Amino acid sequence: MNLSNLLKVAWDAILRNKTRTLLTILGVVIGIASVIAMVSIGQSSSQSITNQVSSMGTNMIMVMRANQRRGGVSMGADNSQSLTISDAEKIKREAKYISYVSPLVSAGGQIVNGNNNAIGTLQGGSVDLLKIRKFDLAAGSNFTEDDVARYSKVCVIGQTVIKNIFPDDTLNIANVVGKDIKFKGIPLKIIGVLEAKGSNSMGQDQDDIMIAPYTTVQKRFIGNDYLQMIYCSASSEEVAEDAVTEVALLLRENHKLLDHQFDDFEVRTQAEMLSMMNSMTGTLTTLLAAIASISLIVGGIGIMNIMYVTVTERTKEIGLRMAIGARGKDILLQFLIESAILSLIGGVIGIILGLILSYVGTSLMGMPFVVSYTAIGVSFVVCAATGVFFGWYPAKKAANMDPITALRYE
Amino acid sequence: MVRADKKKNTFMSETTNGSTAKNDNQSIIRIEDLKRDFIVGSETVHALRGVTFNINKGEFVAIMGTSGSGKSTMLNILGCLDKPTSGHYYIDGVDAAVCSKDQLAEIRNKKIGFVFQSYNLLPRTTSIEQVELPLLYNSNISAKERRERAEHALELVGMANRANHTPNQMSGGQQQRIAIARAIVNDPVILLADEATGNLDTRTSYEIMSLFQKLNSQGVTIGFVTHEPDIALFTKRQVMLRDGKMMKDNLVDTQSAQAALEALPASSDY
Ligand SMILES: Nc1ncnc2c1ncn2[C@@H]1O[C@H](COP(=O)(O)OP(=O)(O)O)[C@@H](O)[C@H]1O
Ligand SMILES: [Mg+2]
Repeated sequence: MNLSNLLKVAWDAILRNKTRTLLTILGVVIGIASVIAMVSIGQSSSQSITNQVSSMGTNMIMVMRANQRRGGVSMGADNSQSLTISDAEKIKREAKYISYVSPLVSAGGQIVNGNNNAIGTLQGGSVDLLKIRKFDLAAGSNFTEDDVARYSKVCVIGQTVIKNIFPDDTLNIANVVGKDIKFKGIPLKIIGVLEAKGSNSMGQDQDDIMIAPYTTVQKRFIGNDYLQMIYCSASSEEVAEDAVTEVALLLRENHKLLDHQFDDFEVRTQAEMLSMMNSMTGTLTTLLAAIASISLIVGGIGIMNIMYVTVTERTKEIGLRMAIGARGKDILLQFLIESAILSLIGGVIGIILGLILSYVGTSLMGMPFVVSYTAIGVSFVVCAATGVFFGWYPAKKAANMDPITALRYE
Repeated sequence: MVRADKKKNTFMSETTNGSTAKNDNQSIIRIEDLKRDFIVGSETVHALRGVTFNINKGEFVAIMGTSGSGKSTMLNILGCLDKPTSGHYYIDGVDAAVCSKDQLAEIRNKKIGFVFQSYNLLPRTTSIEQVELPLLYNSNISAKERRERAEHALELVGMANRANHTPNQMSGGQQQRIAIARAIVNDPVILLADEATGNLDTRTSYEIMSLFQKLNSQGVTIGFVTHEPDIALFTKRQVMLRDGKMMKDNLVDTQSAQAALEALPASSDY
């Protein structure tokens, strides 16, 4: 029997048994749909983390205060005051692999514009902070070195802040440039408005931000000279690792740490953060896919079950086919092709359903919708393999039947 | 449906390596000292104990005998569904006793037509598809030729107007006609029937026998298993089996099934 005839025979049998066909493919549909949905949603979340991190700058290096160990007792990070402006300046002066440096300090408080007010955080940095954090200006300008030197009462604000305290100007954000607001009772002039970035994968609004010269924040709002963090930007992604080592050495030198002493700071690259989060979501994706695969296996066993019943039910038909000239091979192929077609139909429906599910899922969670072609490809192959693998045993049973016994079967 | 003879004879001599023994007097079936034993537990059942006979082209042979006499066993071997324990069976010059399973399947596909007591039609399948089925297993036949030959076979059995009916929409007699069309669609060397009228009432049986007679008159060779002597009267020759041995082999004073049908009292049915 040639292939087109085999396909016809298998297809006819599928059409003749619509209920069975439906029941059989149901398991596969659920299996494949859940694999696709799980993998897609997993990949979407890691994609959204990647997006967020690269929107913050892939070359970004963060220097944080570390827990200081004294006599084995770990002190809370906020008690240590190990980062100073001299650290930032040393890095800026001496580091070869670093292109931008900005200290970071912040103060929380109330922002007021006439009758409108909101709670927010004022971040203080150098003129490089916008470049490091990859913020662009939608209107106005950044503050200058001069503003830093003179603790100028100026700020650059994000669009959520505008929404909150300038509800009338949300459509024309340039209007707010030059206006004065009050933060913790002290007037600040808005000199720039940032481009909107949206929220990140953790649901944080990246546009709820206010940036001023760090000196302004230190002198006018906090009243001390310590830094919460130093943001640096490696000159390229390739040298990020070298830059980390370099920064650490410079800081140890600046902090006059002896060889046996631990670092009193921590240097993290954005790439490290990224891989940490990716490994988290990766583990989660794998776990979800593994659970979903179990339902695929269950679907496969469903096919085997139904094919097995089918073979028994159609014993007489098998006998008849043999009597009119079907070889064992033809019967084997007929049933294999039948189960392969069944699982492929299930697979196609499953893939479509899975994509719909992941589209709905990701848009509900505010994540980008990622179509995983690998997952689709793998599902398709797994599907065909499932059909053949689980169809094999029943098909073999059919092919090995004795025609006379099969014909006599009631 | 009955085609030129030379076309038939080309196939087996090329494709099967069974020893050939051409017979001059047109014996398309030749069995020699055929034995078939079944081992049931520790016992051996001798279903056939050495049977020898020939069937020539154009014959209409009834294989008779009581239940358990070995008729079906004989027919299964003739139809290449089963192999003899010993002895020889030549069909169209090929010794089926030495053929492989696949070669036997090919012989069944191209040289044999089966008609069963219980019709054995596929459920939920139209008549035309039932009749096309044997040709599907022959790769040399195109879809177009398959359809044409199936339509022709349906015409021969008077079922052209039931081409799109499924078995549950037809009477037993009609279903058996479809089964007969399926059996002759491959233009077989021999048409084998096992109790083909066993499930039918008298009138329908006679109608079916009339169809067999018509096909036979058009040149189809028929081996017909039955235990009913009145049905055997419509054939041309009777082979009588008892306990796996041939008791009688004689020509029949053939009756016309059509005449018998007309002689039936009108009230004896429906
Ligand atoms: N597959 C088998 N296994 C064991 N015994 C069998 C088998 N087929 C037939 N027989 C035995 O062979 C004998 C002949 O059977 P069968 O050819 O079916 O008779 P008939 O068709 O004339 O009624 C019976 O005794 C039957 O029990
Ligand atoms: Mg019998």
